[in-house]
Amino acid sequence: MGIIIGSLEQGLIFAIMALGVFIAFRILNYPDLSVDGSFPMGAAISALLIVKGTNPFIALIFSGIFGGVAGLITGLLNTRAKIDGLLAGILTMTALYSVNLKIMGTSNLSLFRKNTIFTPLNNLKPQLTQLFGNSEWLSWVNQWINTIVLFLFILLIKKIIDWFLQTDLGLAIRATGDNPAMIKSLGVNTDNSTLIGLILSNALVGLSGGMMAQYQGYSDVQMGIGMIVIGLASVIIGQVIFGSKSIKRSTFAVIGGAIIYRIVIAISLYLPWLSPTDMKLITAFLVILSLTLPQHSKIGKNIFWQKRKVNKKNYHAQQISTENN
Amino acid sequence: MLRVENVSKTFNVNTVNEKRALNNINLKLHQGDFVTVIGTNGAGKSTLMNAIAGVFNIDSGTILVDGKDVTKLKESQRAKYIGRVFQNPLAGTSPNMTIEENLAMAYKRGQKRGLRLALNNQKKEFFKSSLELLELNLESRLQQKVGLLSGGERQALSLLMATFTKPKVLLLDEHTAALDPKRAELINKLTKKIVQNEKLTTLMITHNMEHALKLGNRLIMMHQGEIILELDELQKKKMTIKELIDAFEKLRGEQFALDSAVLG
Repeated sequence: MGIIIGSLEQGLIFAIMALGVFIAFRILNYPDLSVDGSFPMGAAISALLIVKGTNPFIALIFSGIFGGVAGLITGLLNTRAKIDGLLAGILTMTALYSVNLKIMGTSNLSLFRKNTIFTPLNNLKPQLTQLFGNSEWLSWVNQWINTIVLFLFILLIKKIIDWFLQTDLGLAIRATGDNPAMIKSLGVNTDNSTLIGLILSNALVGLSGGMMAQYQGYSDVQMGIGMIVIGLASVIIGQVIFGSKSIKRSTFAVIGGAIIYRIVIAISLYLPWLSPTDMKLITAFLVILSLTLPQHSKIGKNIFWQKRKVNKKNYHAQQISTENN
Repeated sequence: MLRVENVSKTFNVNTVNEKRALNNINLKLHQGDFVTVIGTNGAGKSTLMNAIAGVFNIDSGTILVDGKDVTKLKESQRAKYIGRVFQNPLAGTSPNMTIEENLAMAYKRGQKRGLRLALNNQKKEFFKSSLELLELNLESRLQQKVGLLSGGERQALSLLMATFTKPKVLLLDEHTAALDPKRAELINKLTKKIVQNEKLTTLMITHNMEHALKLGNRLIMMHQGEIILELDELQKKKMTIKELIDAFEKLRGEQFALDSAVLG
């Protein structure tokens, strides 16, 4: 049970990062690799500020802001300096590695015995026991309280993103990824919409990094390595299983994908013939599996019910358009 | 409404591929004018349209829309005054967004886009009544993704998106060329209807002589970056397809003679 709860909690924190990756890759259609740098940057900022005695919630806000700045830099390199999108992200990521070391002053900063955003929840547990006495129900609550609060927080973020992507500005950003020539002809400066999208995306990633540092009790300069693949894995797994019919469905799918990814990793690490060093291999395998299975095999189509439904719909639409023609 | 004064544009300056695409073009459209543009391939028709829309900067000359000098404005800044429909039916709409979302984006043409929800009931009603004009039953499919529509339907939607905010100038760049004859006929019918209803100042490129004569009140023919023939309303009415094709053939013949002289 502990493993499931642990991976749920981590999955929920990673889900915020995955939502950031979703905005860059799926909404903006921008291959942004700066995630590997903005995630540890969020962690570094949170760790530094907490060690210096700042309120952990304020530290978290700064994690998000600095993540957003990282996104802004990538965006400026791409739109103003006209550097290829992929390279712009790699450059930011590379530079941020040194910046993160500078921020922390060391490669690993511990938050041992410091207050984090999870401290109030942990303090609440003995208080609840005092109030209601020791019951089975209460121990269940104590076990799940982090997960529930995290879940509510992620739900709030999902709602905000859903709302934003339905506003006039959000629509312009979505069209920038979908058909830039068209939205330009409607009077939108696509450079600016790209910038806004990347800032939002990396702010979420930075926020997620800050939460992860506070959750695990330390920040490590290496903790961003491979983060983009984890984010992409979550997005792809989620969309294969839950679909991407609408924005609301897509963001739900990304969160679901992040949790499922975490649980699959946890289970596979539990298997005797796999070791923790195999994690990246499993990740790559998972992504390949979820990309190929639904397209090429009957089994895949049957497992992933959503895909089947979409295909039916496409078929229907094709029929309509042939009739019209 | 639209004034193009002494506009020139040369591509690939100082290379072997140097091409003078527009040579001192002068053109004046009054409010409500509907001008069809014909000409050979490479005559500069699309270049003229792109110059007006601001896709690139022109070398010399001025472009005025509604008395306002837009020569220095960027494409996205001119969008406020200029509506466009492209040849490719996929170019004018966003495939992964719904019909109503596409319309909502066009509704905000050239305006500041803020953090208000893009859709509300009032707008939806307006979109529905606008779509009814197309008679394609799109009004009952508001929440469908545009990528699921046929080419003709997408082009009709593009036309609506380019016009329903009443831009000062409407640019149509061979917008029926990629469609089958039946669909092309439908889009032409809609073009005529919408331009008349909204009294839009329109510039339309076409390769179809029949369309060029049937639609609009004026006609220009372009060749090698210059306007070589201009017909006003009366002349255009008298012009037959045969005469127009003859004029066109003569032009191509000259071109051929010129080529053979060089080659000979």
